[in-house]
Amino acid sequence: MISNQPEMIAAIAGTMRSTVSRRRLLQAAGIGGAAMAVAACGGTGGSDASGDASGAPSAAAAEDLSDTDKALFWSNWPLYIDIDDDSGERPSLDRFMADTGITVTYNEDVNDNSEFYAKVRTQLEQGQEIGRDIVTLTDWMAGLWIQNGFVQKLDKANIPNFSNMISSYLDVAFDPGREYSMPWQSGFGAFGWNKSQLSDAIGTDALVSVDQLFDPKLKGKISVLSEMRDTMGILLAWLGYDPSNFTDDQFSEAIEALTLQVDNGQIRQVAGNDYVAAMESGDVTAVIGWSGDMFQLGDAFGVALPESGGTLWTDNMMIPALASHKKNAELIMNYYYDPAVAAEVAAYVQYISPVQGAQEAMADIDPALVDNQWIFPDSATLANSYVFMPLTDAQDVEYQRAFQKAIGN
Amino acid sequence: MVVGVAAKGGTSIAPGAQRRSRTGYFLLLPGMAWLGIFFAIPIATLFMTSLQAPVEGASGQYAPAFQVSNYADAIIEYWPQFLRSFLYAGIATLLALVIAYPLAYFIAVKAGRWRTLMLVLVIAPSFASFLLRTYAWRTILADESPVTTFLNALHVLPDDRILNTSIAVIAGLTYNFLPFMVLPLYAALERLDPRLIEASNDLYANPITTFRKVTWPLSLPGVVAGTLLTFIPAAGDYINAELLGSTQDRMIGNAIQTNFIDFRDYPIASALSFMLMAAILVLVFAYIRRAGTEDLV
Repeated sequence: MISNQPEMIAAIAGTMRSTVSRRRLLQAAGIGGAAMAVAACGGTGGSDASGDASGAPSAAAAEDLSDTDKALFWSNWPLYIDIDDDSGERPSLDRFMADTGITVTYNEDVNDNSEFYAKVRTQLEQGQEIGRDIVTLTDWMAGLWIQNGFVQKLDKANIPNFSNMISSYLDVAFDPGREYSMPWQSGFGAFGWNKSQLSDAIGTDALVSVDQLFDPKLKGKISVLSEMRDTMGILLAWLGYDPSNFTDDQFSEAIEALTLQVDNGQIRQVAGNDYVAAMESGDVTAVIGWSGDMFQLGDAFGVALPESGGTLWTDNMMIPALASHKKNAELIMNYYYDPAVAAEVAAYVQYISPVQGAQEAMADIDPALVDNQWIFPDSATLANSYVFMPLTDAQDVEYQRAFQKAIGN
Repeated sequence: MVVGVAAKGGTSIAPGAQRRSRTGYFLLLPGMAWLGIFFAIPIATLFMTSLQAPVEGASGQYAPAFQVSNYADAIIEYWPQFLRSFLYAGIATLLALVIAYPLAYFIAVKAGRWRTLMLVLVIAPSFASFLLRTYAWRTILADESPVTTFLNALHVLPDDRILNTSIAVIAGLTYNFLPFMVLPLYAALERLDPRLIEASNDLYANPITTFRKVTWPLSLPGVVAGTLLTFIPAAGDYINAELLGSTQDRMIGNAIQTNFIDFRDYPIASALSFMLMAAILVLVFAYIRRAGTEDLV
């Protein structure tokens, strides 16, 4: 949320849609090359390309330099790949580089879906390369990119391990058959809490229901996620509705419930990744947060799905339009769908692996994790979690407005 | 400046005057180009964006239009955040003045050989990132921190906490912009002629009268510059409200950010930015007129 200034500037520039006239204006003013480079718009645009049979516009492909230029640029979320805690290196990534000779520039520069989109939107709309060969975005944002033609179709001939994808991931509403995207990791929107603080406040060190979360004894000690889908999904399920299929009225009811808890001071803050620090310092006792984060906090903290249900989301790898190392990107996707490699990543990040066979491979890495419900959830756990209903653009904006208004924006 | 000098010497035009005045304009070019590219064009873009209308059926896309209602919509929706921004920035500016004046006075008049060191100390925190310093305040004001524990023992905190309250936001604003208050005040007080104070004492003014009649009026340019340099960025700030505030403390900067990033509603965000600029300009003009120091600033 904070490092937004450059993105906002980019967004301002991006809203100037009549780029051609601006370019003429600059030429008329006789302003030199540097300014032109700032303002120039690419001639061929991904969004200009004609639509394909499936209805989604297909993105323009650039000349693939993969064979001559052994490079790859990947944008992912922080702390989302295996890291050797002693050396700070990334073992699985280093092995890929050694095996293939491809130099991977791995950037942890996705902190928030909307923020990342704001940062690259201008180039995408003007049909320019965004300097990344893989981006990793959550379902709904991935859907937006696919719908707008900002990503390239995967060449599955380069990805033999594609068949290792757990079948339930294959047919998602935003990308039927996974033509454009491959899941990286999934996770839950769930409860997290400080055990000793919770038992001091309400006499139990297990948080099971949203009613407990809204117990007045926890007033001012609660944090919920600024990601609308996770917070609202859990509230919808608590009210007895299905977060995968709900009506406007049901959503409004959940918004009212949230507004009440914000206005009476029960909810202290609405945060992105920040809530982890607030848990560590003891400023908040219980949160609606993300499952993987809780494990990094240690044994003093608990994590559980609400008994009424949690949310389930997936982050997806995609190749942006005009990315110039498409084949390299497909090769690394293939590499991470090798069960042994997938297990190695999951053992570190403790999110759900989408790769069939990773659970068996985990036995060699850390047998204690084989039955970990947060990495390899069984059907009972999955039955108690919901994928948020796919929204149209207009719905998304309408729901976002209601949500942001409830949280003071 | 060059232009001004050349024009003043103009009763008897020297042979080189014409050329010199052109040199003046020439020297202005880089500055004007800079202003044009990085200020005028973006402002014009922003203004045009603020009047755009949404494209039917394509969310997040806007076409050029003349939709003045964007401004009305924005003010109806966000007037509480506007008021709050000016209130918080106003309180922070006042607090900064109260804290900075004695400090600047001490550095300028009493510090002697420590003067440079003290000035460096005032500026030194700015060497660390603004963001990091604000994060540090979260630790300082955390619920279990000594500060909060101490104040809670005295039962002076309404919510039994500081972090995520308006107190924290105002404290953060005051802290972050304090150097902008200290430095202009120091510059004004440092030029203060000590003989004027002596004269005032000789004429039987007590210290309070001396301050009211001599020191304060002479430091006014510093006060005006300092309050403006503090108030303007504080009113537009969103980081303090984001990191130190609660959901009840959102300022106009947060509203602009939410509209840009989450709603992808660029016209409303631009309209808000424009109104913030306009409101600040009006306030500044009113203030300068009242202070009667146009020629001093």
